[in-house]
This record gives sequence, structure tokens and C-alpha cells, in this order.
Amino acid sequence: MKHTYKILSVLLILYTLVWGLLGLVPRLDILNETIRNVFYHVPIWFAMLFMMGVSLFYSIKTLGSKNPLKNDSKAFNAAIVGFFFSIPGITTGSLWAKYTWGTWWTFQDPKLNGVAISILIYLAYFILRASVDDESKRARISAVYNIFAFVMMNVFIMVLPRLTDSLHPGNGGNPAFAKYDMDNNMRLVFYPAVIGWILFSVWLFEIKNRITFIKNKLNDQET
Amino acid sequence: MLSALIKKEFLLEFRQKSTLGGVLVYVVGTIFVSALCFKGKLDKPTWNALFWVITLFTSVTISGKSFLKETGGHGLFNYLYYSPRQFIVAKVLYNMVFMLALSIVTFFFYGFFVQNEVGNMPLFFIVLILASTGLAGTLSLMSAIAAKASGNFAMMSILSFPVVMPLIMVTIKLSKQAVDGIEWAGVGFDFISILAALNVLTLALSFLLFPYLWRD
Repeated sequence: MKHTYKILSVLLILYTLVWGLLGLVPRLDILNETIRNVFYHVPIWFAMLFMMGVSLFYSIKTLGSKNPLKNDSKAFNAAIVGFFFSIPGITTGSLWAKYTWGTWWTFQDPKLNGVAISILIYLAYFILRASVDDESKRARISAVYNIFAFVMMNVFIMVLPRLTDSLHPGNGGNPAFAKYDMDNNMRLVFYPAVIGWILFSVWLFEIKNRITFIKNKLNDQET
Repeated sequence: MLSALIKKEFLLEFRQKSTLGGVLVYVVGTIFVSALCFKGKLDKPTWNALFWVITLFTSVTISGKSFLKETGGHGLFNYLYYSPRQFIVAKVLYNMVFMLALSIVTFFFYGFFVQNEVGNMPLFFIVLILASTGLAGTLSLMSAIAAKASGNFAMMSILSFPVVMPLIMVTIKLSKQAVDGIEWAGVGFDFISILAALNVLTLALSFLLFPYLWRD
């Protein structure tokens, strides 16, 4: 059944939405009930990173394959879906920050800077694509940029926050979602949420691909 | 072949005295304007930030040109005559040397017009070397992409500012330590190795990816 994963994603997300609010969580200073945001905020970022990874995969395939256009449009669609996930990612993070750090946005945290830069990187990627008319040229150029950009983004959001103090729970001296703070009750919601959101992103990616496919078909018929 | 290519780059640059002179005037002019604006009174973090902003803009300006002029007849000649890997390595090496020289000039004039705040000189020069080579490496590839895409300068800044940010952030952090004159024991060697690793990473990526930009 090819629809299984779609049903599964909806069920998992529904379960985590409800049980994330009802389930038991550890009582921690500062975080209090806002710790429940870990069920929504973190899995959404994971889904975004996953989609950016898919985009990277298809960009690499674009450079290697004989039929670059197909892979290129997939890379683009994955980037669009990933970009879409960054919006709820930022919104949930910002709301949470207002209640725990007392501000919507801060420049003290390397992860926040990293995310802002990543968004700029992918905006640049979209602009780059829009500025080239020739399709096969666009496929090659944007694939090169996408690979380079993905590596730089990962330096920013994976490497740098580990070297500096981050305000994020789990880094620095904050009460944490780190391994010793997330108890088994939370894991029962957190991991399904991660899987659910990733499956959901795959579903969106599929829909985007089908729209592209139909558009191409229509274009072919016209000409 | 490689040395011939690098030599060609230098010859081209020094034959057109207008570009070289233009860059120098650009650097000195920017520094002079900032000195006038700040009236020579900068605290250490501002001194540090301003220096790297000036260096960033200078490097975008000079590296941005490096591929924009290689279009049309030039581009065709290069395409027929050189292998892409040699070409990008030559470009990157040339840009690194040029950028390094330029950032030392920038530092000299910055110290002259504004003031010299650096406490730990050797550390500052290590950072200066690694940062300018890293910038040159990244921006060379970005310039190649921008030249293929539309050939205008706005595209160059849109593409390159976000991707050089990791480098700039690490650089500013390290250079802040140098400016504060921290003893060697307290220096963040993690960051120095990250900076060096970014250099290697950029070179490797340029080397791998450039051949795909090459053919048209």
C-alpha cells in the first residue's frame, strides 16, 4: 500500500499533538510547561533538515546524471518544502523564546543566527534559479550552489553551536532536553513526532513533484 | 601549466593599472570615511567589527570581478585551452594571494587612520591569513556561479554573503580575542582549526564542483 506512510504520518502527528499537551513531562525550572514545545519545534526542524538533505541528494544526482532536468526539479521541490517547514519552526521557536528567554529573538544564540543565515542561503538559491532562463544551465548552476550552500549551512547549525555557548536547552548551563532530562514519557511522544513530521514532509514533497510533472505535461501539450 | 595560469592572472591584473589602483583607492577611501565618521574613537568590539566588514566588502568587490571578466571570447579561449580543475585552482590561489596582500594593506591603513587596537599581534595575523584565504576561496566559486547566472554584481552579493557568514563569525570571534590581547593559553584553538578546516573544505568543494560550471 503506497498510502500507508501518509496515513501513518497523519496518525503520528495527531497523536503527538494531543498527547504532547496531555502527557506527563518533568518539572524543570524556567522551562516549566514550555518543555512541551520540544514535541513540535524540534521535529519540525528535523523535517526541514531532512528535506534539505533530500534536496542535496537530488542536486548531486543532477550533476552526475544524463537527465539532469528531472532531478533538478526534484531538488528544487525538496528545497521549497524544507523552506516551508522553516516557517513553523521559527514561529514555534520564537513563541517559546518569548516565554522562557523573555524575547522573541536574540543574537546571542548561534543556532538562531544559523537558522537566519540558512533561510537567506535558500532564498539566494531560489533567486539564483529565477535568474537563469536556460533550463539545463539552471540545473547545473543551482545544483553547484545547493551543494555548497548545504555544506556551509551545516557548518553553521551543526558545528558552530557545539563550540560556543548556546542559550538552547541542552547546550551551555541551561535546564535541558538533553539525554538526562528527557524522560521516557517524553521520548514516547518525541520520537513518533520526529517520524511523523518527516513522513509528512515526504508526502508534501510527493505532491510538489506531481504538480511539477503535470505542469510539464501541460506545457508539452501546448507546444 | 598551473604556474603559467597564475602568472597570466598577475600579468592581467598589473597591466590594467586602473583596477589595481581602483581597489586600493576603494580600501583607503572606505577606511578614511569610517575614520572620519567615528572620529577615531572606537571601542574594541566596534574596531574589530568594522575592520572585518571593510575586509568582507573589499573581498567581495575584488573576487566578484575574477570571473565576471571571463565571459564571451575570453571564456571560450579559456574553455578550449585549459582544464577546469587547473583553471579554478589557479584562480583561487591567485585570489588568495591577492586578497592576503590587500588585507594586510587594509590593516596598515586602518591602523594608520583609525588606530591600532590589537593586543596579540601574532594571533591577529594568523586570523588575517586564514580569513583572507578562506574568503578568497569561497568568493571565487561564488563569482563563477554569479558570472554564469547573470553576470551582474548584485547576484554576487546575494549568493556570497550568506555562505561566507560562518567564516566571518568564527573570524570575528577569534579576532576579538586577538584584539583583547588574550594570552596564548586562553586562545580558542578549536576556532583556529575550524577556520583552517573551512579553508580546506572550500578548496575541495571548488575543485570538485567547478568542472560542472565550466561547460556551457
